[in-house]
Amino acid sequence: MNSSQLLGFTTFAYLFSSIVYIAVLVFRAKKISIIGTLTALTGLLLQTAGIGLRWVESYQMGIGHAPLSNMYESLVVFAWAIVVFYLGVEWKFKNRMLGGFAMPFAFLSMAYASFASEINQQITPLVPALQSNWLIAHVVTCFIGYAAFAVACGMGIMYLLKAGHEERAGGEKGEGIFDVLPSLGDIDDIIYKTMVFGFLWLSTGIITGAVWANSAWGTYWSWDPKETWSLITWFVYALALHARYVRGWAGKRIAWIAIIGFLSVIFTYYGVNFLLSGLHSYGRA
Amino acid sequence: MKKTKNPFVQFFASVQLTLFTFIVLALASIIGTVIQQNRDPGFYYEQYGPNLARLFEILNFNDMYNSGWFVSLLVLLSLNLIVCTIDRLPNVWRMVVQDNLDTTPERVERQAQRQDFQVDNDPEGAVAVAKSVLGTFGAGVRQAPLGDGTLLFVQKGAWTRLGVYVVHASVLIIFVGAIIGSLFGHKGGVNLPEGGTTSAIYAFKDNQPIDLGFSVRCDKFDLSFYDTGAPKEFRSDLTVIKDGKEVLKKSIVVNDPLDYEGYTFYQASYEPRNETMVKIVNERTHAEQVFVVMPKREISWPEEGVSFGIVNIQGSERTGYGYKIWFTDNKGEPAAFWLTENMAGKVERPAATYTVSLKRRYATGLQVAKDPGVWYVYVGCMAMLLGLVVAFFLSHRRVWIYVTKQDGSTRILLSGSANKDRIGFAKEFNALAEKIRRNDSLTRIKESS
Ligand code: HEM
Repeated sequence: MNSSQLLGFTTFAYLFSSIVYIAVLVFRAKKISIIGTLTALTGLLLQTAGIGLRWVESYQMGIGHAPLSNMYESLVVFAWAIVVFYLGVEWKFKNRMLGGFAMPFAFLSMAYASFASEINQQITPLVPALQSNWLIAHVVTCFIGYAAFAVACGMGIMYLLKAGHEERAGGEKGEGIFDVLPSLGDIDDIIYKTMVFGFLWLSTGIITGAVWANSAWGTYWSWDPKETWSLITWFVYALALHARYVRGWAGKRIAWIAIIGFLSVIFTYYGVNFLLSGLHSYGRA
Repeated sequence: MKKTKNPFVQFFASVQLTLFTFIVLALASIIGTVIQQNRDPGFYYEQYGPNLARLFEILNFNDMYNSGWFVSLLVLLSLNLIVCTIDRLPNVWRMVVQDNLDTTPERVERQAQRQDFQVDNDPEGAVAVAKSVLGTFGAGVRQAPLGDGTLLFVQKGAWTRLGVYVVHASVLIIFVGAIIGSLFGHKGGVNLPEGGTTSAIYAFKDNQPIDLGFSVRCDKFDLSFYDTGAPKEFRSDLTVIKDGKEVLKKSIVVNDPLDYEGYTFYQASYEPRNETMVKIVNERTHAEQVFVVMPKREISWPEEGVSFGIVNIQGSERTGYGYKIWFTDNKGEPAAFWLTENMAGKVERPAATYTVSLKRRYATGLQVAKDPGVWYVYVGCMAMLLGLVVAFFLSHRRVWIYVTKQDGSTRILLSGSANKDRIGFAKEFNALAEKIRRNDSLTRIKESS
């Protein structure tokens, strides 16, 4: 067994889990939702083992380093963080109906990492700029934040779909797919709490990045496109927090910000690597 | 308590302004990530044509983040923060330090959480129980007579109301650090060949020399590669010389710089020179000397009567180089032999034995920074994280118990509120009510909420 096999199984576990969670909604089959949770959990264990094994393999190759050094590895960690975070949310809010809007993100991240031709899956040695303990702190904190924002975005989509449905149904309670979802008020609460959590970790991610930049180049902030985009993302969520806390924004507006914020996350993470030029070019490998 | 405020204060204290500034800052920042920054004018002309290039120049899009209008946006955000804080902090501070026993029975009744008990005990007994129950919620239970009864109070996390203000202050502290850095700091670089010494660096912004007040020598530069050909390590051995004395030696790599007197030297780049460092040792007399040698030039060491030169070089940076050396001390036939960088060669001459070793000469590219503001930035960052944790996850929770006599029995009113996480507080509150309900020394008559 090697790490790429484990990570391959993980991709399928997340696909299966996503399908189950979506089926639960489509067929209103609440009972089978436990299968979604169990496959997600199994996938998570496989993936944790896979990441650990990849770490070990890099040492066996004589170029040992944490598996956080290129686009492939970061996508894997992204998926991992989404699942950890989602299962945490499911457990905290005791609701399995959310999975259909969260697990697909983890699957897509794994699938993209595994099948996209522009992504190199090899374990590559660390170039000098990445040889720092701050690498781990920076990448891990950023991805916890991104994972929270991914889940917030999923919940935002869920909110808008359900709100649209309720407007069409004119407030009548039915038996449809939207009626098994949590109430709008509950979804709104989850979105907000998730965004708050993400904001804290994004802030930590930006700060660890700044400290690292300062220890590598003597400049904690150089307005490089990736840094700038992370700041733009940060402004989007800061806007959401203030609008909600002070101006009472809730519901659709916050749902939209959760979606816009996540698009900004995607651009920070992905778009900048492929579309703009800058210091964080390792992602192109 | 509404005061009519001066419109200036009203404008700068408003959260609408904050929302506006966040949006404008976010949109403006995008521009600078799409249009490459700090390229020479020709670049913009070529990429965007003359008209757009002129427009960019007028709007400073080529150096946007340092432009007047962008900095003004940051100033606007800071003003907004300062005025907003001055406007709100006094009220919040009052909430933190206020005496919650100095209140009215109506206000105690009006809390978000309420639970009423009627007991047979006399008021003194009820107060004693109330005190012990509140003691399980938090330390520092206080009591005072109120109306014809006794009011007891305990709170947790009053100070957490300041968390948001710590976050806001941290943004300002970071800005202060950035300003100090840009006023009193230097950013520059220097290329230092092996064996070379410098007492100045060259500013990035205008290439002017900045005097260090000490000098730095590069003793050695090393470069290594992985098997794949990717660079593995750049390493410079540096020596700091102050007033003619060597005061510090350190071998630096990327991510591990050298600090001296506020200046930090970072390994940034390197440059191979078309020169070789050749060291020759006379094994009998131990005389030795290092020469910087260009290929195909004859070099002489007159004290030893030695002449030598490099007549051929082969290889590459990754594999290392081989050098063909020509050597004579004018006693017998000249010698010619190949050497590599890791292998010293012995030359046996009739009168002496010489050891020759050599290495390609590199210049190390050092980036040098002096930033006296960086500690402010770090303190600001720590404060921001602490403040965020406090603002997001901790709350100010207050609980009162009001004990009064009522129609021959005693009424215990338990009430409380939290400024955040009301669901979590409701659980804590119910646990307190449960403790009163279950208390053995109280004989309960009835309860309502
Ligand atoms: C980059 C700048 C800023 C950051 C990082 C920031 C951050 C925060 C955070 C994290 C909260 C807590 C929100 C919550 O608990 O959900 C908050 C609340 C708040 N912010 Fe800001 N803020 C910034 C700028 C501003 C500015 C310029 C104003 C000026 C009006 C402002 C006014 C407020 C107010 C009034 C609150 C609510 C405070 C309360 O009474 O509890 N913020 N801010």
